[in-house]
Amino acid sequence: MCATCGCGGPAPTGPDGHEHDHDHAHPHDHDHKHETKAPSGNTVLQVEQAILAGNDHIASHNRALLNRRHTRAFNLISSPGAGKTTLLEKTLTALRERNVSCAVIEGDQATDLDAQRIARTGVSVFQIETGRSCHLDAQQVQRALGRIDVPDNGLLFIENVGNLICPTEFKLGEHERVTIVSTAEGHDKPAKYPLAFQTATAVVISKIDLLPYLDFDLVEAKRVIHGLNPKAPIFELSSRTGDGMDAWLSWLQHNMQNHG
Amino acid sequence: MHELSIACSLVKTAVDEAARHGITHVVKVDVVLGALAGVELDALRFCFPAVAEGTVCEGAVLDIEVEAATGRCPTCGCVSEVRDFMNRCPDCGGWPLGVEGGRDMRLRSLEV
Repeated sequence: MCATCGCGGPAPTGPDGHEHDHDHAHPHDHDHKHETKAPSGNTVLQVEQAILAGNDHIASHNRALLNRRHTRAFNLISSPGAGKTTLLEKTLTALRERNVSCAVIEGDQATDLDAQRIARTGVSVFQIETGRSCHLDAQQVQRALGRIDVPDNGLLFIENVGNLICPTEFKLGEHERVTIVSTAEGHDKPAKYPLAFQTATAVVISKIDLLPYLDFDLVEAKRVIHGLNPKAPIFELSSRTGDGMDAWLSWLQHNMQNHG
Repeated sequence: MHELSIACSLVKTAVDEAARHGITHVVKVDVVLGALAGVELDALRFCFPAVAEGTVCEGAVLDIEVEAATGRCPTCGCVSEVRDFMNRCPDCGGWPLGVEGGRDMRLRSLEV
């Protein structure tokens, strides 16, 4: 049996001996090599390690930190312009009235414009400028957690870079992953970007106040989202008019009360 | 273009593994990618040499095996290969299929 990871025997409680209040695969040293020979005569060293194990490891520590504070984290993913920041502004204002403590980590390629908008709601916010990168990763969020006032018994919103593809592969330490699609984008968005909806734990259809002016087929969009992800609740709302906001806010609060 | 990030993680994983075993030159990096992993293979192949430059993986061949996903039709029970989550049952057109596998992204081995 491998003394480090336990392959070939019962799994140990923790490969590097530290206390675990998070579940993850540790990248770690082995005390022996797993080797074979290639037809060329070269040595083949068996590795069998997840490529994003390093990111996932940091994500699990982010989540452990939040768990110790009894704060739930929500990773918000959408295309640019789906209304994430406006939804956040309205959500933060409403949650303040419900005495829920919140913090926000903003991700954009450039500028702190979104952080400025969030700061005006009075909530602790840190802006990550990703530069050339098209998604947030766990290490960026780890650094950001050191720069905000992480609430106790509250909610942390992480607004990912506007992109429906790249952020889906990178865990940040969130408890819930919310994918947002606006009616202006068309009802075929979930079918065209299925992974973003398949990996979500909740879906928001935003800007429903525009429905009378668009050809967006709400029934078809919901059919595809539900097919991709039968467990995820779907919230239809308008940040501008407030329609549907109560169900969304109640879900956030129940999420915190049930798991915090 | 998250393939650049994935190439960076891949090379770091390979470099760490090589260092652990005192390996100074890697000939081939053998990777398994699930068909539903959301990684563009050409983009990953494009990024890899640039990221590997100056490391023990410089000049290494990147060998990618795509691991298939399967889907079971909820209507007729037919099991078929799934290339994306919108695939229908080839027999009866049923959707959604009960999809299994195809999300893995792992460094399987290093040839040295």
